[in-house]
Amino acid sequence: QFILKMAAVQSGQSETEEEKEIQPETSNDGSRTDGRPPAGSPGVPAPSPGAVKPSAPGEEETLRAVLRFLQKNNLSESVEILRREAGLPDEPEDQTGSESSGTGSGGQEAGGGVGDAGSLLSRVSAAPTPAAATVAAPPPPPSKVGAGDDRPDVNVVLSAYSQQGDPVLYDVYYSGLKKFIESVLDCHRAELSQVFYPLFVHMYLELVYNNHEAESKAFFEKFSGDQECYYADDLRILSSLSKKEHMRGNETLLDFRTSKFVLRISRDSYQLLKRHLQERQNNQIWTIIQEHLYIDIFDGMPRSKSQIDAMSGSLAGEAKRDSNKAKVFYGLLKEPEIEVPLDDEDEEVENEEGKPKKKKPKKDSLGNKSKKQDPNAPQQNRIPLPELKDSDKLDKIMNLKEATKRVRLGRDTLPSICFYSFLNAYQGLTAVDFTDDSSLIAGGYADSTVRVWSVTPKKLRRVKSAADLSLIDKESDDVLERIMDEKTASESKILHGHSGPVYGISFSPDRNYLLSCSEDGTVRLWSLQTFTCLVGYKGHNYPVWDTQFSPYGYYFISGGHDRVARLWATDHYQPLRMFAGHLADITCTRFHPNSNYVATGSSDRTIRLWDVLTGNCVRILTGHKGPIHAIAFSPNGKFMASGATDGRVLLWDIGHGIMIGDLKGHTDAIYTLKFSRDGEILASGSMDNTVRLWDAFKAFDELETDDFTATTGHIHLPENSQELLLGTYLTKATPVIHLHFTRRNLLLAAGAYNP
Amino acid sequence: MADREERRFAEVPRESVKLVAESAGVELSDDVAALLAEDVCYRLREATQSSSQFMRHAKRRKLTVEDFNRALRWSNVEAICGYGAQDVLPFRSIKEGELFFVEDRDINLVELALATNIPKGCAETMVRVNVSYLDGKGNLEPQGTVPSAVQTLSDDLLKYYQQITRAILGEDPHLMKVALLDLQSNSKMAALLPYFVYVISGVKSVSHDLEQLNRLLHMVKSLIQNPYLYLGSYVRSLVSSVMYCILEPLAASINPLNDHWTLRDYAALLLSHIFWSHGDLVSGLYHQILLSLQKVLSDPVRPLCSHYGAVVGLHALGWKAVERVLYPHLPAYWANLQAVLDDYSVSNAQVKADGHKVYGAILVAVERLLKMKALSLSQPAEGPRGSGAWSPVPLPAMYGELYSFFGDSLAVRFSTGPGLGMAAKDPPPGPAHPDTARKMPQLTANLSLSPPLARSSSSSSSSAQRSRASSSRPGQRAAGPSRDVFPKARFTAPPAGGAAPTFAFLIGGRQMGRRCQGRRPFLTAFAPAAPAPPSLTASVPASSSSALSAAALAAAATAVAPPPAPPLPSLPPRTYAHKLPVIGRVSKPVRRWACSHYSLHLPL
Repeated sequence: QFILKMAAVQSGQSETEEEKEIQPETSNDGSRTDGRPPAGSPGVPAPSPGAVKPSAPGEEETLRAVLRFLQKNNLSESVEILRREAGLPDEPEDQTGSESSGTGSGGQEAGGGVGDAGSLLSRVSAAPTPAAATVAAPPPPPSKVGAGDDRPDVNVVLSAYSQQGDPVLYDVYYSGLKKFIESVLDCHRAELSQVFYPLFVHMYLELVYNNHEAESKAFFEKFSGDQECYYADDLRILSSLSKKEHMRGNETLLDFRTSKFVLRISRDSYQLLKRHLQERQNNQIWTIIQEHLYIDIFDGMPRSKSQIDAMSGSLAGEAKRDSNKAKVFYGLLKEPEIEVPLDDEDEEVENEEGKPKKKKPKKDSLGNKSKKQDPNAPQQNRIPLPELKDSDKLDKIMNLKEATKRVRLGRDTLPSICFYSFLNAYQGLTAVDFTDDSSLIAGGYADSTVRVWSVTPKKLRRVKSAADLSLIDKESDDVLERIMDEKTASESKILHGHSGPVYGISFSPDRNYLLSCSEDGTVRLWSLQTFTCLVGYKGHNYPVWDTQFSPYGYYFISGGHDRVARLWATDHYQPLRMFAGHLADITCTRFHPNSNYVATGSSDRTIRLWDVLTGNCVRILTGHKGPIHAIAFSPNGKFMASGATDGRVLLWDIGHGIMIGDLKGHTDAIYTLKFSRDGEILASGSMDNTVRLWDAFKAFDELETDDFTATTGHIHLPENSQELLLGTYLTKATPVIHLHFTRRNLLLAAGAYNP
Repeated sequence: MADREERRFAEVPRESVKLVAESAGVELSDDVAALLAEDVCYRLREATQSSSQFMRHAKRRKLTVEDFNRALRWSNVEAICGYGAQDVLPFRSIKEGELFFVEDRDINLVELALATNIPKGCAETMVRVNVSYLDGKGNLEPQGTVPSAVQTLSDDLLKYYQQITRAILGEDPHLMKVALLDLQSNSKMAALLPYFVYVISGVKSVSHDLEQLNRLLHMVKSLIQNPYLYLGSYVRSLVSSVMYCILEPLAASINPLNDHWTLRDYAALLLSHIFWSHGDLVSGLYHQILLSLQKVLSDPVRPLCSHYGAVVGLHALGWKAVERVLYPHLPAYWANLQAVLDDYSVSNAQVKADGHKVYGAILVAVERLLKMKALSLSQPAEGPRGSGAWSPVPLPAMYGELYSFFGDSLAVRFSTGPGLGMAAKDPPPGPAHPDTARKMPQLTANLSLSPPLARSSSSSSSSAQRSRASSSRPGQRAAGPSRDVFPKARFTAPPAGGAAPTFAFLIGGRQMGRRCQGRRPFLTAFAPAAPAPPSLTASVPASSSSALSAAALAAAATAVAPPPAPPLPSLPPRTYAHKLPVIGRVSKPVRRWACSHYSLHLPL
């Protein structure tokens, strides 16, 4: 058994030699560290942490337990030593002094064995916890509960009397580590402090799991205040949990136990921690680190506190660096060639009106941009995209024409803002979307309806019924006009079909369809020609929080409470891809402008970027301290902005997978983000009733990502996020839940006024 | 520590659990109760936790009962009903038992269902846009204020309101004119709309004062023409005020000298304006109006002036309204009217005069019905948009039946129509849209008719006679009396004011006849409309714009002269745009010329 355990320990550490080397030192150093009474014999270092304060009754219990164990195994010398050190009186029963097989004081195998036995003991005595017990099992434990069953005999023996004492050791271990980390050099302290939170959580959970309710509460009370403030939400959940049965249904915690918490620590700091734990034989903590933490070790300078704070905060720690190494083709697809004659004609017409020379070069630049193949762009046919219809081409031409009239925004030319207030929205406005050409606006409501308004004087009309359609002359030029039923013209239409609040809506790029997703677990596709529901996409089974059409139409993405994002095509009733990996609800979903990637934001406070082609997760971005409710891609596809309930907007470089900006200013959850058409301005809308404009041009322009940063992922955020704030605009007591830049760069905002 | 823990969460004490268990007939031991209590607490926290997610996604700050129930439902727990009320639930205690409970009163469902009080705050959801910031700078309005729809009145607005109402209802006609013009174009008075609507609803209290009623109606007109106002559900209120003026036996009508007929005509015109320009704001408005008109018409107890109002109202709403309501009702109504008209006693003179008014109104309405129907049948592609669903009475049968009522007085309208129309009515652009053209002749005849008149009179002697006759008041009278009905009308219609509507009718008929199709279909068969040369579509906007200028003229004229001649072209242009496909294909100008050319050879 011992050997088995040792193997486990060693394999966990995977550095057998090192272990052996350190072993002898530890016994010597252990006495030095913080003025504890020196352990007389190097062979029995394990009980020392427990034996330090015999004053506590619980610890005395532990000592007795250890003694009994030693006696049982005929380690009489050790018994003597221990008794002497701890100052325990002889117990009547103990005299079975047989020869100790080897109180080896050196680095011998036997000595190691005993040392290990001792250390194991402390571990075992720490609890018959499954976590501890699983150390005995082969490295990747199949499951905690199962492992608890094949406890070694020792545990069974010890558990009888060690139960009272164990929980207190948790306290000791934790405060010991705390003391250690507080005493290390400043440069390491910030890094090592990262282990506090995961350790705290796991120790607490182990206590809870083993029904040490009072101890777990005490433990929580004592140390929860030390944790970083951005973990407050999780701690609140944690604190409400005090029974083993509760753990079963709590998904958040299940994730915490099954997935490894990722920390990035420099090699120096890591060595320091490891040495400390080993010399103190603090195997309880070591086990947790082995079991539940993934420590991503890097070479070089330890990171600063602010660097760490910027990146941490997610449910499962930071992203591993490997996970952001995949190449992302963030460039834009080549725009299709559109018959220039039509465009030229218009151009000439405009030229006649004036400014003939100004327009030409502008147009050229636009044309060039679309012709050049972006080196970072994916293959044009990397994913199959729908062919352009004639109407799409017309729309593109319109778009180009509008683009020439676009206002160039910047620091000095801020956009005008129009606010669309939804009045009398007693049904509860939950989602808003504009069409790209800003002609239609749709609102999703908590009463399960979707309402569509025409923003232009052109009213919404239905297509005539089949019987009426058969009457019209199909050859006529204005057949598209004739098929519309004039009688149904109205400013708004209501779409009924969902059976729960509508949480997300999205217009198709060609304005023929509308998507809506709802609490009822379905995503519905509506026709804006007939204003009826065409398809209900089922698959999520739980509330769907967000959905969005691909910028090229046809595909769409949805994500919800089931933590899985799905990629659909409008003509398939089953999803084409399922993106699983988030540890909590997916709260928002966005397509990359080139349609090859989707980004999902989640309540686990991470953003993931998925490759539509392969279904792989190519980026995991951490740093938010709250559920992410807004994501926006910059028009050039290179950058991304995300907003969360923590009121911060983070900017990301997709190519390098690193954070490049942290925009502070909002005081409440951010529900919408949008880049201006040329990407110079980022607008953010929040529950705090403001729209804020940020200088995206400056934020991205000053960016220099050196190779070092790119490879290590160490970020250096500019301090001056306030300099990037160009303006704060108060609404009329209306939360901003959607923002949209028109093709001419007028900013439209929308929200429901609720007195 | 335990204390702090308890302060952080609501705890359910074991006593409560025991009590609840007891009420369900289960006896629990203390241990079990304590365990249960703890578990209940945890489950509550868990549900609260997940319910907050629903709140976040609904983009709210307030956690609702609904959110909580959703969380319960998704964790397979039955939702808890009965706590969704907006009001705060009273939380009471019983002294003896140290028990707290939420008061749960019985609700009488029958009473609730039959209750007449309409819940407040159920206005239509709408989107309103305002430019908040120009170029990211200059705020048009102070930051952080509430939207204008719910804004409390600023002092400026209040002053504006007082000035406007004073000016409109005051003595000075010039001031009134200015005020109405401003009301028509002011973009910043949206917040005052409810107040103006309230003032207008005051028609019911001034039904003795024709002048005031008139002014209030003008106010309605200004409001509905203001392009910056979103009337929303206030349309309903405006409609009810206007309907009041059309239908009610106003106190002012007791005196036969009062020209309440003009008021009714004007109100009817307004009604059609509201309906055409704002009818889409209130669903089912059209049917409600029809229904109330029908109700009045079918009520024999109502005075004749109310019936008159109903008829002109129907007429103003278009020929389809006439076909749907007036036409089927005519046989029943005819008997009553005939009785009035046939009573030659002196005491009945006044009533009879009113009867003739109604008669005339019906005649005009029916005439247009026939003509429009003929037109619509002749152009199956364009004309009967939506009428396909119901047009049960074939035209000849309808004509036959109507002829049985009106006799030659109907026939003569069709026979004389073309001549009159050709001569007088061609150039005035007003009648671009026949449905709304009813009142227009009055105006055009006065204002802009003379040049065409001269031309037409020179072109054809016979038609010149008629056209001249019809273009001036005396002439109209002269033309009318040739039929047996009109002598009565002339006899009864006392002063100048009374003549006006009649006058309008005649010209209305003319106007139809202008198409030439008006007559020929009845005599022979309906020829399909001439195909529209593409070049002609352009003329429609042109004509409507000139119509607008005529409207401006008219407005100027009416503002000076108290018996207001309501200008047809006050219809906003978008109504025309709305109808464009129809009008464009009809290709009026060509037909007009063709007709006039043709009319020269018409044997009259």
